[in-house]
Amino acid sequence: MNLRGFYTLLYKELLRFYKVGFQTLLAPVLTALLYLLVFGHVLEEHVQAFPGVRYTAFLIPGLMMMAVLQNAFANSSSSLIQSKITGNLIFILMTPLSHVEFFLAFVLAAVVRGVVVGAGVYLAALVFIPLPLHSALILLAFAVFGSAALATLGIIAGLWADKFDQLAGFQNFIIMPLTFLSGVFYSIHSLPQFWQALSHFNPFFYMNDGFRYGFFGVSDVSPERSFAVVLLSLALLSALTLELLRRGYKIRS
Amino acid sequence: MTAAVAIRGVHKRYRNVHALKGVDLEIRRGEFFGLLGPNGAGKSTLINILAGLARLDAGTVAVLGHDVVKDYRQARRVLGVVPQELVYDPFFSVREVLRLQAGYFGLGRENDAWIEELLDALMLADKAEANMRSLSGGMKRRVLVAQALVHRPPVVVLDEPTAGVDVELRQSLWQFIQRLHHEGHTIVLTTHYLEEAEALCERIAILDRGAVIALDSKQGLLARGMDSVMFTVHTESPITQLPAALESKVKRRQGNELVLQLHRRNDAIADVVDELRAHGAVITDLHTEKPDLEDVFLELTRKERRP
Repeated sequence: MNLRGFYTLLYKELLRFYKVGFQTLLAPVLTALLYLLVFGHVLEEHVQAFPGVRYTAFLIPGLMMMAVLQNAFANSSSSLIQSKITGNLIFILMTPLSHVEFFLAFVLAAVVRGVVVGAGVYLAALVFIPLPLHSALILLAFAVFGSAALATLGIIAGLWADKFDQLAGFQNFIIMPLTFLSGVFYSIHSLPQFWQALSHFNPFFYMNDGFRYGFFGVSDVSPERSFAVVLLSLALLSALTLELLRRGYKIRS
Repeated sequence: MTAAVAIRGVHKRYRNVHALKGVDLEIRRGEFFGLLGPNGAGKSTLINILAGLARLDAGTVAVLGHDVVKDYRQARRVLGVVPQELVYDPFFSVREVLRLQAGYFGLGRENDAWIEELLDALMLADKAEANMRSLSGGMKRRVLVAQALVHRPPVVVLDEPTAGVDVELRQSLWQFIQRLHHEGHTIVLTTHYLEEAEALCERIAILDRGAVIALDSKQGLLARGMDSVMFTVHTESPITQLPAALESKVKRRQGNELVLQLHRRNDAIADVVDELRAHGAVITDLHTEKPDLEDVFLELTRKERRP
């Protein structure tokens, strides 16, 4: 394995988002806080998702996970499509890096961005309301593996898209609805039967639900089941991404 | 001795286009090799296969004995490619770009001295901390050269390295490339400036429509044009009409200048002058010269296009 090569690509990907930290780290934290202020204020008195848990407290893990997932996706997909469109991806493709090293570096960098943004939302939210912590390990596991799954999906989108417009379509028509409808703002038990059943086909729901369990020790489905779905999603997406990278799909002619 | 680059029976298709049709080519170690051809000849496809940016459909390509598919890691370690397009990463400074590029090849801080040497040699030292976006086109081109050399590859491919580059930079780039060649690097050059290839390359391959149509030493190629002589006449006013026999020999016509490609033995210059005068031309100056690489190149590629 070209360990230094892998480390360099990881470092480059981290440096890339760090250099535009206002856009990649601070802006998503601010967006999540705005959601918290608006939805928390409007719905605090009207909604109780889990017994004994204030709505604002319920909302915070959902917003955290939404930020984690969306930013992990945004990192790998935008880095890849920018490099493709500007043409500088060749500087990576002409090196001795294998497709596995390429994959791991892109995924890990995206996980770091997702987790850092999630932590930022958490720290900022603590100013408004204290949160219980049932299990830090469960939180971290769902954040890391969930963001890894979205990072792989980001690589697929970045490989597939030929222009920014297509990537925006992927983000707006697939990622955004799936995260919004994953139970960020509500417990699926408050939904009509049909929508409740449909939510079980949304893998983002399990990421969210398991993550929330890490705070409250309460969830809509069992955390084991959620974690299994997250791992299965990650495994399937990784297998597909690795195969696309091995073939050089849309990057090696 | 293992060839610097060994290309055997390479085929490449893009949907309906047969871009490379069984290319065979061997580039020796330490050679300054020219790869010429008109647009769409397949030069860039061949270089992309060499660099791992394109996949071949059939055949084999090896760099210093390392197969570019089976042993791609080693093949890429011994190869540096200066791409044709002026591409760069807008997030980083020149030094960051070079350190990152070295890192991909497994090199760390121990390579910093070489990076400094490259920055100096390519006159980039005072721009080392500048962001890539702020550099002029010529400087970006020099960074591309530095990136290709950052891992000290013994084989260097330059794909149109001086396209759109001013004369001064072109000269300094060539001095640097010649220095590399004298130090033992194998240099493979594609260029549209045939005078560059004529001045620098020891052997030249001409690629046309996906096939090698000539592979020879520079002298050997130039000798192919020895049967021809270029005859240039300047007239008082532009010649609008020529006899059919001369019309077919016109190589170039620009204002008052007319260039004819004559056969050394079959065409008598005195007869040509008489014919021109008979058609009303008032000749103010004339001279002959041996064909250069450009003439040979055009002749060979034209032949290929004749039915």
